[in-house]
Amino acid sequence: MIQQRNSGASILRNIDWITVLLYLLMVAAGVVSIYAASYDFDQANMFSANEFSGKQVRWIGLSFLLGLVILLIDSRMYETYAFPIYVVVMLLLLITPYVAHDIKGSRSWISFGSMSLQPAEFAKFATALALAKLFSGYHFILNAKFSNYVKALVIILLPIVLILNQNETGSALTFMSLFFVLYREGMSGLVLFAALVSVVIFVVVVKFTDVGIMGIPSGEFAIMVMIALIIITMSFIYDKHLTVTRNLVLGYASLAIVLVVLGLCHVDIPGMPVMLGAIIAACLYVAFEAIRLRRRKLFIATATGLLSVVFMFSVNIAFNYLQPHQQQRVLVAVGIVEDLRGAGYNVNQSKIAIGSGGFWGKGFLNGTQTKLKYVPEQHTDFIFCTIGEEEGFAGALAVTLMFLILILRIITLAERQPTTFGRVYAYCVASYLIFHFCINIGMVIGLCPVIGIPLPFFSYGGSSLWGFTILLFILLRIDANRKIVRR
Amino acid sequence: MRKNYNLEKRKYVIGAFVAIVAAIFIFRLFDLQIHDSTYKQSADSNAFLKKTVYPSRGLIYDRDSTLVVYNQPAYDVMLIPRDVQEFDTLDFCQTLNLTRAQLLKRLSDMRDKRLNPGYSSYTPQRLIAQLSSEDYGRLQEKLYRFPGFFIQKRILRQYAFPTGANILGNIREVNRTDIERDPYYAAGDYTGDLGVEKSYEAYLRGEKGTEILIRDARGRIQGRYENGARDIEAVSGRDLYLSIDVKLQQYAESLMVGKRGAVVAIEPATGEILCMVSSPTYDPRLLVGRQRGANYSKLTKDPAVPLFDRALMAAYPPGSTFKPTQGLIFLQEGIINLQTAYPCYHGYINGGLRVGCHAHGSPLPLKPALQTSCNAFFCWGFKAMIDKRSKYGSSANAFEIWKNHLVSMGYGYKLGVDLPSESRGFIPNAKFYDRFYSEGHWSANTIISVSIGQGEILSTPLQIANLSATIANRGYYITPHIVRSIQDTVMPAEFIEKHIPTVDAHWYNDVAEGMHMAVLGGTCRRAAIPGIEVCGKTGTAQNPHGQDHSAFMGFAPYENPKIAVCAYIEGGGWGATYGVPIGSLVMEKYLNRTISPARKGMEEQMMNMSVYYAPPKPKPAKSDTDKAKKKPGKKKAEKTQSKPDSSITSRPKASLSAQKLASGLADRLGAVFAPDSTSTVSNK
Repeated sequence: MIQQRNSGASILRNIDWITVLLYLLMVAAGVVSIYAASYDFDQANMFSANEFSGKQVRWIGLSFLLGLVILLIDSRMYETYAFPIYVVVMLLLLITPYVAHDIKGSRSWISFGSMSLQPAEFAKFATALALAKLFSGYHFILNAKFSNYVKALVIILLPIVLILNQNETGSALTFMSLFFVLYREGMSGLVLFAALVSVVIFVVVVKFTDVGIMGIPSGEFAIMVMIALIIITMSFIYDKHLTVTRNLVLGYASLAIVLVVLGLCHVDIPGMPVMLGAIIAACLYVAFEAIRLRRRKLFIATATGLLSVVFMFSVNIAFNYLQPHQQQRVLVAVGIVEDLRGAGYNVNQSKIAIGSGGFWGKGFLNGTQTKLKYVPEQHTDFIFCTIGEEEGFAGALAVTLMFLILILRIITLAERQPTTFGRVYAYCVASYLIFHFCINIGMVIGLCPVIGIPLPFFSYGGSSLWGFTILLFILLRIDANRKIVRR
Repeated sequence: MRKNYNLEKRKYVIGAFVAIVAAIFIFRLFDLQIHDSTYKQSADSNAFLKKTVYPSRGLIYDRDSTLVVYNQPAYDVMLIPRDVQEFDTLDFCQTLNLTRAQLLKRLSDMRDKRLNPGYSSYTPQRLIAQLSSEDYGRLQEKLYRFPGFFIQKRILRQYAFPTGANILGNIREVNRTDIERDPYYAAGDYTGDLGVEKSYEAYLRGEKGTEILIRDARGRIQGRYENGARDIEAVSGRDLYLSIDVKLQQYAESLMVGKRGAVVAIEPATGEILCMVSSPTYDPRLLVGRQRGANYSKLTKDPAVPLFDRALMAAYPPGSTFKPTQGLIFLQEGIINLQTAYPCYHGYINGGLRVGCHAHGSPLPLKPALQTSCNAFFCWGFKAMIDKRSKYGSSANAFEIWKNHLVSMGYGYKLGVDLPSESRGFIPNAKFYDRFYSEGHWSANTIISVSIGQGEILSTPLQIANLSATIANRGYYITPHIVRSIQDTVMPAEFIEKHIPTVDAHWYNDVAEGMHMAVLGGTCRRAAIPGIEVCGKTGTAQNPHGQDHSAFMGFAPYENPKIAVCAYIEGGGWGATYGVPIGSLVMEKYLNRTISPARKGMEEQMMNMSVYYAPPKPKPAKSDTDKAKKKPGKKKAEKTQSKPDSSITSRPKASLSAQKLASGLADRLGAVFAPDSTSTVSNK
């Protein structure tokens, strides 16, 4: 009871000030960048209500208020009301497309008078709470029963389906990041690994179709080399079988030497059979060892290799089966090819803008590339572009490091939680941030397909800022209670 | 709770993943920003200028491949506000003949986001539209003194002949609605307005291109980005070849000077429109260039509404030009045969009703009835059909069948001509009268006026010309169209397909013969052209607002016709006064390329005669065409008896005694019963 009465003071004492400081730094830097991105030389005031920066300042003010309210609520409330909150938000997502106005083909914005909010951003914390609540159930161990996976997947997939219904593919994909949480709670790492490998195979095969080496499309060649490396790596790291690894390395190395020598002598090599043969031979060898030594993990390595090859060919066959305009549509949809009639070569523009920044940048408000409005969405999804141009490598590095520190800090917070609820919730927050960080900055610097999601705390937009503020402050509130709650 | 330390280790995997991604990002940033100089080269304040390249608009030719509409360049003065540096405003103003105040006003208008919603100081903005070529020349020389300014070439139209404004249309700057409807357009683009410019906009406009130029921080163009590899080339619009004969069009327009109405000529075998005059017309050159706005508003305010294409937008009572359709329907339905004769005692007298007619032999069969344009014959025939309960069950059923025949002949619906805003005219159906008189309370006599093309019946001059073409073809028509071919495009099948009315083809021979007789020795003797066998039908449509409308429908030659025509002159009096001479002169001009000496006098008379149209009264609608769609009603009953709005200057006013019928059909019906001669309407 005494602790309850002193809760205000104990929160101040126990709150994680490192996170709070990072948060403040990021939103402040965000406003400055938004001002720079939308700066027009006859505009003056950063805080003017007509400018994006001025509006963002108001959003931030309201965020602080929101954060304060969240800190004042008893942390157990979040656990108690996790499912009701989830249900309400899901219902909101369900009705959104029917009450929302069509904005650029997506129906995800609900207007309240002059301002509009995107419920999808609030689904993030609701889903995190629900998932945390599920895992904190009595004797809930993810791997214990298959039905546990089903429950977790339902919680994750429901918002994805509802948000896809609003035509907001980017926001929907964000929830896929919650598989990190499942991984932390016991799901086999092979699932994440398989997902990663298949995405890489798909993108590389589809993107690099030029005939490169030994008559094989360069994408497929790269993938086959990657598969060979995966088989080696898996037998080395996953199974730790040194003999098999050594034999594989020696086999590949000798093949590579022979190929290089033949290549230098201008001998025509039938590339596809050779590469395919090498991989299948390696798989057969590892399979043989797996049966002989009765090692399950070697067998998995074989399976991974073979499945990857099959997947690669099926991607290729399925893709070539499509009509050219359908192919184009798929390529545009996954962001490999840009719609030339639409925003145009914007990633190239974005790269030029960042590239022109140099080490120290061009200086605040002196960027020219981003201001010529060739980079679309420069104050929202492409805000990192402005930072890269005006603050240079130093600024971009600082932002990248801030995100890295914040995410690592949240993982630390997660692991120090005394409750499963707190831990799972914290990992959810970390997962969302990881996804946004990777995809947003990756797309701006041309490493990822263009998926329209904002850079947390930086991009202009009240919904995104509020969504992440709520996520973070609930975490801070739960964390502040870590010494009080003992179960 | 017991911790699973094995799983806790997974935090390192997740942490490592983030750290690796961050490391990749940092490496990539280092590569982009410090290591790789290619981005810096295209950077260091180098920027792109996206310049829209406007395609040249498709040209328009007539049927003899005479160039009718072509392009002329115009030059807009553009500027990018951010790049504008201090410049000598005095010099600038003198170059362009502006005052300093005008320049400042233009600049402030450009910056005003209400007037110019797309304003941004980083993108090209238009300061002055459509410079004259002299101004352009002077500015071009001095342009280097005004950094941030450049000249954007635009395409405007020019017309080789001051003719055919209603057909050709013009181009105008797009408005906000256009931009919202079609993402192709951007502010400042042009789009077709009226005529083929509008209906063939998609072919004429082509595709805009984009040129990407590199420029330095001072706005100087350094060259093309990637040597133009990313440029999108503009695709020129496609040329149109019209079926219009521009000389015939000009000739017909000259005949229509001083009169209101329309002349339409069609080549029957192909449905190609040879000329289509709406009078009064205007010089299409008025709607080009900087004077367009002022001229356009002047034209919209003109009481004669020259922008209204009477040839296809005006719905007129067809009058006696409608009679051939009646003959065809009665023959097809077996109501009459070629020998059936009806009496005419100076009119149709039945059931207390009298529809006046003029002196001719009586009784008479169909062909002489067409020849003399006998009202009584067609009233009797109509009564015989509509009131034939033994065959149809009720008047309503009979009327529906009558209506369906007319629809198959192209009446009552849009014909589908390839020009915007075609009117559908009006053919009532049985329900219309059921509503008006209540079901079962009407019969042939109630609506007898429709049998002679009056009453509710309305049609466009194009529909009348189309009927003429159908008779010329002896039983089919091809949808009238104005575009013969489009460069690199296959014409749509709808302009080749034959439409066959529900009346058997052989009956058309008999109607054609009747029309031939009308020219040889009937109501349209003036249509006779030496050496050519002409067929024709006059029409004198009673006009509730003034003098009768003069109409003519005809084709020539009798065998293997080459041209079908309709001439309709508002308030022109008898069909033979204006309609017949104008229609037949157009046919003669087209067939012989010249007017025979014997008819020169008539030609001169037609060109010089004009009809006086009283200025519109403040209360009633501007012209009778505006009332075209009005349903019958009592409200204007008194007005029909008031003084005519128009009269013909060259002959004394004809006195009209249009009276309303006891039935209550007033506005239209009250002034209906006009045969081709003087009319009297009386009821018991």
